Amino acid sequence: MSASTPRVAVVKFASCDGCQLTLLDCEDELLGIAGAVDIVHFLEAGGPLLSGPYDLAIVEGSITTAHDAARIRELREQAKVLVSIGACATAGGIQALRNVADVQELAAAVYAHPEYLSTLATSTPISSHVEVDVELRGCPVDKDQLLHVISAYLLGRPPRLDSSPVCIECKRRGTTCVLVAHGTPCLGPVTHGGCGALCPAFDRGCFGCFGPADTVNSTALVGRLRRTMPADAITRLFHTFATDAPGFRAVHAPEEVEP
Amino acid sequence: MRETQGRVLDVAALARVEGEGAMRVRIDGDTVVGVELDIYEPPRFFEALLRGRGYEEPPDITARICGICPVAYQMSSSLAIEQICGVTVDGQLAALRRLLYCGEWIESHALHIYLLHAPDFLGYDGGIAMARDHRDVVERGLRLKQVGNRLMELVGGRAVHPVNVRVGGFYRLPDLDALRAMIPDLQWACGAALDTVSWVAGFDIPDHHGEWDLVSLAGDGEYPIMGRRIVTSAAPDVVPVEEFGAHAVEEHVAHSNALHASWDSRTYLVGPLARYSLNQHLLPPVAREAASAAGLGRECRNPFASIVVRAVELLAACTEALRLVREYEPPGAPSVPVVPRAGVGHGASEAPRGLLYHRYELDERGIVLDATIVPPTSQNQRAIERDLWQVAQAGVSLDDAALTARCEQAIRNYDPCISCATHELDLRIVRA
Repeated sequence: MSASTPRVAVVKFASCDGCQLTLLDCEDELLGIAGAVDIVHFLEAGGPLLSGPYDLAIVEGSITTAHDAARIRELREQAKVLVSIGACATAGGIQALRNVADVQELAAAVYAHPEYLSTLATSTPISSHVEVDVELRGCPVDKDQLLHVISAYLLGRPPRLDSSPVCIECKRRGTTCVLVAHGTPCLGPVTHGGCGALCPAFDRGCFGCFGPADTVNSTALVGRLRRTMPADAITRLFHTFATDAPGFRAVHAPEEVEP
Repeated sequence: MRETQGRVLDVAALARVEGEGAMRVRIDGDTVVGVELDIYEPPRFFEALLRGRGYEEPPDITARICGICPVAYQMSSSLAIEQICGVTVDGQLAALRRLLYCGEWIESHALHIYLLHAPDFLGYDGGIAMARDHRDVVERGLRLKQVGNRLMELVGGRAVHPVNVRVGGFYRLPDLDALRAMIPDLQWACGAALDTVSWVAGFDIPDHHGEWDLVSLAGDGEYPIMGRRIVTSAAPDVVPVEEFGAHAVEEHVAHSNALHASWDSRTYLVGPLARYSLNQHLLPPVAREAASAAGLGRECRNPFASIVVRAVELLAACTEALRLVREYEPPGAPSVPVVPRAGVGHGASEAPRGLLYHRYELDERGIVLDATIVPPTSQNQRAIERDLWQVAQAGVSLDDAALTARCEQAIRNYDPCISCATHELDLRIVRA
């Protein structure tokens, strides 16, 4: 590798490994990427595991321990460009459900000796701790979007990530609306696109795994969902993969329905 | 004595495993005095998060425990909840589930064999470095992995956290033409998997005999992936999955955020070695012949040979997937109706790295009152530590770098999934 070849690190915090696996799932492009950049730190894939500085850091996972909070600050200092990928890194992930629960109670439910654990009361996105240059949504991220972000970086231009909601992607795809036509509960109108409206194409409603769209009218959607869904089920639907994201956090469906 | 006295060997962050862990081996003179596999991956409290959720949610929620084996979580949870609701998913829907699961085995085994484990045997620090000298081989591995992912996309909607799985079956049946169009790729994959067996069988495989009981699902006429009966090497009795909890006991130890398990108070192993040794007769004939040609006996207790067993299972999964696609006839509906009711249910399936058990308790509205998840890596952690102890002792005369590499290889033998052992792993060698 020449001196000008970008040094890339892939780093993980609290997560399932699925987003960094998406990088390894780029089977046709992986060896090409490895030829265009110098992957100097990628624990799951092996390799040299060098310390910084890095030209590009790709970060998966949310911050849930004091140690990780310090680690992300150190990484930010070492990284020229920092890209956070996935619902954990951009919204705290499913484990952010703890943000509205009592962590000691959660730990006691899973572990016989919770005193052996060290964990924060919250699961927070990378952007709550350091400045992030690009955020890529999704649980998991979309492979094509990930490749686009890496290509844009290599070309030296900002990535163009469409912020249309899933609802618009669905119309573009020509999928019959599952909410209107079948009454299937769907978060498509309020969910950030990027998946290509995958779930409606499989006859199921969107469950919000890309988090809230840029502008969200959740009140209107809750009213529509309330015709067929119990209030607690609607609240749960909003509070799963991006529970603590602005736009979803405050949504609680009312028990009473307006006539 | 050489410098081995007073040496400290530490691997603070294990590479080429799923999730974050470390190893510590302490050696006093020529004697190993302590081994810890320290799981520091932060805990994510899934079992507690499941309380209060709806009965249809665990497949999507528990998939997020692991990006490498989401289908395992989706299947074990679905089976448990279907048991509570008195629903059986069989026929072509069960065949589609098996096909989706074969996709996950192909993807996960190809990833582990080619990118994570083979570099240990061939002296590289990773798959990408290995590709510089063995480009064709790595490309074969990537293409195999891609075939697995493609199956998961066709049946499940996407490779990581499939969207098409529901309690009772699927949301939508896969596109028949697209499935049939996979046949040439699957035919190629069968050949490539056979070549994989020959390739890994030629590695210099260290000798080691693992002393643990073997536990896996029992195959019901076919190599086990999903099932309701458990077999062990320790006793001839078949254990119904409902009795899993009476045999497997998890305990929380100070150095790990993963829970340690024992079976009838004995150290046990789940995963490819257990499945193969207990169900070898159920492999498709081509995989059985390949195993025999690769020098595997009726039982395999050498964890270093797990890469060969994994390749045999890769071949089995490709062969099964091809058969399932050829025999597939679309059923009338994509799912069986499920009406929630109160009760307790148990589900188990064979994740690529071993048996994954789920138990749920629902109330009459279908709300989860209680959830228990026992992932393969926490079941294996005790066996891994025991092996690590023996491997470190056998290699005590090696220098620090060589011994550390050997110990790391010993851990990768198990394809540990630390994200799965949600409840947290650390590798360090300390010589006192």
